[in-house]
Amino acid sequence: MALQLDDVTLVQGDFRLAADLRVAPGARVAVIGPSGAGKSTLLSLIAGFVLPTTGRVLWQGQDLAALRPGQRPVSILFQDQNLFPHLSVAQNVGLGLNPALRLTGADRDAVAAALDRVGLPDMADRRPAELSGGQQGRVALARALLRRRPVLLLDEPFAALGPALKVEMLDLVKDIAAEQGATLLMVSHDPADARRLEGEAILVAEGRAHPPVPAGPLLDRPPPALAAYLGT
Amino acid sequence: MAGGPVAVTRHLPGLAVAALILALGLGTLAAVLWRGLAEGAGAALGPADLQAIRFTLWQAILSATLSAGLAIPVARAFARRRFPGRAALILLTGAPFILPVIVAVLGLLAVFGRGGLVNGALVWAGLPPVSIYGLQGVVLAHVFFNLPLAVRLILQGWGAIPAERFRLAESLGFGPAEVARHLERPMLRAVLPGVWVAIFVICLSSFAVALTLGGGPRATTVELAIYQAFRFDFDLGRAALLAGVQIALCLGAAALAAGVARPAGFGAGMDRPLPAPGGGVWLRLQDALAIGAAALFLLLPLALVALSGLPGLTQLGPAALAAAGRSLALALASTALCLALALPLADAAARSPFGRWFEAVGLIPLATSSLVLGTGLFLILRGQVAPAQAALPVTMLVNAVMALPFALRAVLPPLRDVQADYGRLAAALDLRGAARWRLLVLPRLRAPIGFSAGLAAALSAGDLGVITLFADGRSETLPLHLYRLMGAYRMEAAMGAALLLTALSLGLFWIFDRGGRHGAATR
Repeated sequence: MALQLDDVTLVQGDFRLAADLRVAPGARVAVIGPSGAGKSTLLSLIAGFVLPTTGRVLWQGQDLAALRPGQRPVSILFQDQNLFPHLSVAQNVGLGLNPALRLTGADRDAVAAALDRVGLPDMADRRPAELSGGQQGRVALARALLRRRPVLLLDEPFAALGPALKVEMLDLVKDIAAEQGATLLMVSHDPADARRLEGEAILVAEGRAHPPVPAGPLLDRPPPALAAYLGT
Repeated sequence: MAGGPVAVTRHLPGLAVAALILALGLGTLAAVLWRGLAEGAGAALGPADLQAIRFTLWQAILSATLSAGLAIPVARAFARRRFPGRAALILLTGAPFILPVIVAVLGLLAVFGRGGLVNGALVWAGLPPVSIYGLQGVVLAHVFFNLPLAVRLILQGWGAIPAERFRLAESLGFGPAEVARHLERPMLRAVLPGVWVAIFVICLSSFAVALTLGGGPRATTVELAIYQAFRFDFDLGRAALLAGVQIALCLGAAALAAGVARPAGFGAGMDRPLPAPGGGVWLRLQDALAIGAAALFLLLPLALVALSGLPGLTQLGPAALAAAGRSLALALASTALCLALALPLADAAARSPFGRWFEAVGLIPLATSSLVLGTGLFLILRGQVAPAQAALPVTMLVNAVMALPFALRAVLPPLRDVQADYGRLAAALDLRGAARWRLLVLPRLRAPIGFSAGLAAALSAGDLGVITLFADGRSETLPLHLYRLMGAYRMEAAMGAALLLTALSLGLFWIFDRGGRHGAATR
């Protein structure tokens, strides 16, 4: 079974979003569409920050409604504010193992290994403010690595990075998701990101999140709503 | 809402605090009213009590009007002049808030009292001396305390006028009269009502000033009348009735304050550089005079306390030191309690969909007075605990509750920021309960918590209020000891105690405030 949005609707004032779709385990899915259509809201529904007005969000057939965001089988990286600035890099990563930061020796080794994996072996004692934007993204990834949740949600965490750095981070995310067999959903406003992910794409437009289809063909022959956004 | 299923349980501590505050406010109110009604027939308000109500209103009106009126030229001078020491002087305008009332009264006595500087000069010039006791003394002390507050608030109003407007005025060739008409008067019209009401409310429940400089049938506030009915006549019915009157006054004032809309941009900075004003020598002289007179009026009494306090320190006996120790312990306990109330309440106010209600509950203490709370608690505890035994715990509780609105005001906005910036991240990582406080809230709020703690400690250490209702010799605090020294005309020892008390209050504030900032700076 997979991640499933079963006839979900969300109404917030004038804003409406409907989704009836299923994402296969281990899939890599780009979430694309015009701004304001509800790409981030779709991720918030899965992460549990908003509850659907009607319908259910399911993981392996189980309704997630009763679970707090932190209890869901999900890790999420936001556009910004992914790290606590008053905690060290190692502490920020350690939160992924134990939110109260009571870490054993083995936990500390795991934190060091995760920082190693994302290419930041010597940064454990730094504060986030001493790191570059790309390095901060890597720290958040290291934490997601330790949390080992089967779904990884990325809400444009690399939007502020330069093109080369973004490609590097995308490749790292792809590798990590593949290693852990995680399902990956990534919001992006850049079609190049969607192609780079080499997976599927969910189009969010006109109040609806469409089921995932292969990203390349979708971008090659975009439906009218997407074409208007892409300007093709 | 976020985390829907658990949205109620996580506000339990905040709900508990809100319930406690409501119970305290309503419980004391009920105790007071019940007692007042029970004996209402026998204890009708006499002519003296009506006179106390009249005096309370009259002195509050005079104090608010004079403070706000005198503050305008001072604030204007601060707004358009840059000179060395300006920032320090503006900072000092915040000091009277944490200065013990009794110390300021002593300083004012040294300037305006019978043997003070002013009367010395009058006698030397062959003029009749003036008395500081009565209406003029009460109003003088209130202006001393509230003029700085008024200057601060009005100065913020000036700071909220964009510098571009002044530039425009300059380019249009406005003189001071036109600037006043088109820029300054509209701002003052928006700011002054709020300033006036704030000071009026503060002066309504004035106790320590009336206790020391007022008194007698012609200069007794309602708060003082409660104290006298309680302490001297032990007429609980009348004390309760008067407490009911005080509650009505406070509620009326609160409604008045709520009705006066707060001007937009009230919290804006005050250091925006304004273009140098025209007007030349005359205007500059006028501003220098305003700032000089205000500084003299505010600083001279304090300087005299410091000067005469030093030799007085040697006269402090073991009783004074024991009182100081008691005040220190009282201040620390009251601070801890105040934070224990303020933090859960602020957290609930920041996170609950009913946040406004939690915030409103935290403002209840502003609409009550410490003497009413004290009287109510006494009526509730009567027959179970001896008054002298209850003196320190009740004072601790009342002080903590009275400081709560200020702590809430300091802590709530940054807590809302923390929630906005990191609430989702904390939820995503399942960071909650004690771990959330330890790893997120407390580290991010160190500075405002330190400031709140300093405020609560200074207010509690310097408070001369509810303690006067209960205390005997064994539960005397330093302000009370100081008051009794004054009553015994041991002025040198009183000056010494005043210096000690000032050091205690300001020292506590400094240590807490500094501690919070220091930790925050290194993180």
